[in-house]
Amino acid sequence: MNADFTAEELAFQEEVREFLQNEFPADLKAKVEASVRLDKDDMVRWQKILFKKGWAAPTWPVEYGGTGWSHTKTHIFATELGLYGAPEPIPFGMKMVAPVIMAYGSEEQKQRFLPDILESNVWWCQGYSEPNAGSDLASLKTAAVREGDEYVVNGSKTWNTLGQYADWIFCLVRTDNTVKKQEGISFLLINMKTPGITIKPIVLLDGFPEVNEVFFDNVRVPAENLIGEENKGWTYAKVLLTHERTNIAGVPRGKRRLKALKRIAGETEDGFGASMLENASFKQRLAEIEIELQALEYSELRTLAALSVGKAPGPESSILKIVGTELAQKMDEMFVELAGYNCLPFVPEQFESGFDGDAIGPGDSASAALTYFNNRKLSIFGGSNEIQRNIITKAVLGL
Amino acid sequence: MDFSYTEVQQMLQDSVQKFVQKSYDFDTRNKIIGSETGYSADNWQLFAELGWLAVPFSEEDGGLGGSAVDLMVIMEEFGKANLVEPYTATAVLGGSLVANLATGEQKETLLEGVIGGELQIAPALAEPNGRYNPASVSTTATADGDQIILNGTKIAVENGPNADTLLVSARESGEIRDVEGISVFAVEAGSPGVKIRKYRTVDGKQAAEVTLDHVSVAASNRLGDAGAALPGIESALNRSIVAVSAEAVGSLEVLLQKTVEYSKTRKQFGTAIGTFQALQHRMADMFIQCQLARSTVIMAAMSLDSDDSSDEKAKAVAAAKSRVGKAIKSVGQEAIQIHGGIAMTEELDVGHLFKRVTALDLAYGDGDYHTQRFAAL
Repeated sequence: MNADFTAEELAFQEEVREFLQNEFPADLKAKVEASVRLDKDDMVRWQKILFKKGWAAPTWPVEYGGTGWSHTKTHIFATELGLYGAPEPIPFGMKMVAPVIMAYGSEEQKQRFLPDILESNVWWCQGYSEPNAGSDLASLKTAAVREGDEYVVNGSKTWNTLGQYADWIFCLVRTDNTVKKQEGISFLLINMKTPGITIKPIVLLDGFPEVNEVFFDNVRVPAENLIGEENKGWTYAKVLLTHERTNIAGVPRGKRRLKALKRIAGETEDGFGASMLENASFKQRLAEIEIELQALEYSELRTLAALSVGKAPGPESSILKIVGTELAQKMDEMFVELAGYNCLPFVPEQFESGFDGDAIGPGDSASAALTYFNNRKLSIFGGSNEIQRNIITKAVLGL
Repeated sequence: MDFSYTEVQQMLQDSVQKFVQKSYDFDTRNKIIGSETGYSADNWQLFAELGWLAVPFSEEDGGLGGSAVDLMVIMEEFGKANLVEPYTATAVLGGSLVANLATGEQKETLLEGVIGGELQIAPALAEPNGRYNPASVSTTATADGDQIILNGTKIAVENGPNADTLLVSARESGEIRDVEGISVFAVEAGSPGVKIRKYRTVDGKQAAEVTLDHVSVAASNRLGDAGAALPGIESALNRSIVAVSAEAVGSLEVLLQKTVEYSKTRKQFGTAIGTFQALQHRMADMFIQCQLARSTVIMAAMSLDSDDSSDEKAKAVAAAKSRVGKAIKSVGQEAIQIHGGIAMTEELDVGHLFKRVTALDLAYGDGDYHTQRFAAL
């Protein structure tokens, strides 16, 4: 039993580190360090740098232009990116729709969509949730009715992340009302520029319209945009949901944030003549968080080791999701605590690209509450943490 | 990276599992712990024959050269069976103190005794006001010619009532928490001035409060150099912490499993209580706690087996004990709660496991103590 990397893996780790130092743009690094949100151009620019290197799609097979890396190498890559502060690929194209197209799409669909995802020429977004279909996703109502060689789509999708940037949306739509709800759903790709689509931003607690509501009013979609067979969409989506999600635990980001917590705690007075880092209560809680992060890291490594010997990703990914998100949220609380009064100024524009006014508060302290608010989403999305507990209940405990 | 057991570890696990299946059911276990000595001498001999008592020691010391991971494998199975034989006291902590500190002939005799199953050891480290800090030693060791005179009180001396030999930490110089000045002495249990006040711990195990009143031992009973024992004590404790943490992980796993099984059969309101989501999510959380605790024990065991610095090892071990402590409270308490009233009785093994893990939480420092230790390292 050991947690060591092989010589080849260590060399690869070194290569990734060097690459990041040389190729991750300095202006993006500065933004990340100042908690400034990366905009679409930033993310596409970085993604194209990765593409040039051949590292755009770590989890894709080689035949589609992926790296064909082992699980461990993919893990090393994600870890180094996270530690350095470089963003992972926007998941909607690369990790969400592409695997479905690869598994169930026609040859024509593969040729048409995959290269643009790989090169980041096209931005995808997700059309799953609806106002009345959240955790009970299969109860979705947005309807696609076949008319000749077209589908006519009516309904609305919500919590559509960064859809304001998107060129295409992949949707779960209802194509049969007469069967069990899971059996009447299809997987449809829709161009966002199609007439009848309107998009309405939803401003979240941190002041940023990170998500949208998307309305479909008699939107005519070519039938060739259907993935696989009609009414099999739920099966495809489920495969996608259990598709291996790298870095779901967020350990590298957690490590980077822990370092920041320690640095800020050392610079912040506790009001009793010591720093927050020396404050007994804060110190104890910080240690607990660091220990939890190690527990999470070794749980992730155990999962990774199981994957590496060919075991299917099991309910472990539910543990990693629950623990990883709850830990990230605890860290958010501690950033708020450290910022104290300095987390009160609500100036979200200060953390958008191009802000050149006078910053309020020391460092990025005014981002602490914004991040705390925004990250409440972590335990809600991607299958809420309660849904993850249902999965454990069923898959592991057999209840 | 490889988290699987080696063939030898697999065999070790099989051999403990076979023993438990054959001769360690709940009733047998209760008879053993209820006996006068609180352990089975026959089992102990069998452990010697099977080589389990030799696992913790290097081949040089006459052992099997077992790693911390090997020890983890054994202890987890012991934990599942809630095994009562004093393996940690004698073979892990006691044995490691000897292996780490003693030299020459003394080491040979003591370890031969442990490995052969003929010697029972009681490590006597903790003191009334020392909490869990092994440096907090106020028991004194004063030279008197060729002899050393020991005075002081030791508490929570596990295996004290059955021990042939006590391993007593005592201060030869310095102030109460000084790192320097501590030695460990091998003291025969029957020596004049040694008073052993026996008791049963809350989990039914054998322990004692030991007072040393002008106990005279030969200077040759000192293990190793005078006043230099602390690093050896700490290293022995690190190993023991991994052992008891692994034992706890085994026990917690059984508590979870029994709780889930019970929830499938116990019916209220006309249906199995395991169909209630209020309980399902709590059992899912118990599972998560078990997994996180296990991950940290693996991390600590691997660290002890690696080239990590002694600080890194101590930190990994402290993290594990802290995390396991948290899991012990939540999984233990939830197991009782979900079983309901029946788990409050002696009739069910669940209550016995709960008591055992509660004691394991305290063993060599509770979660809070180790969290502080982690933060300080």
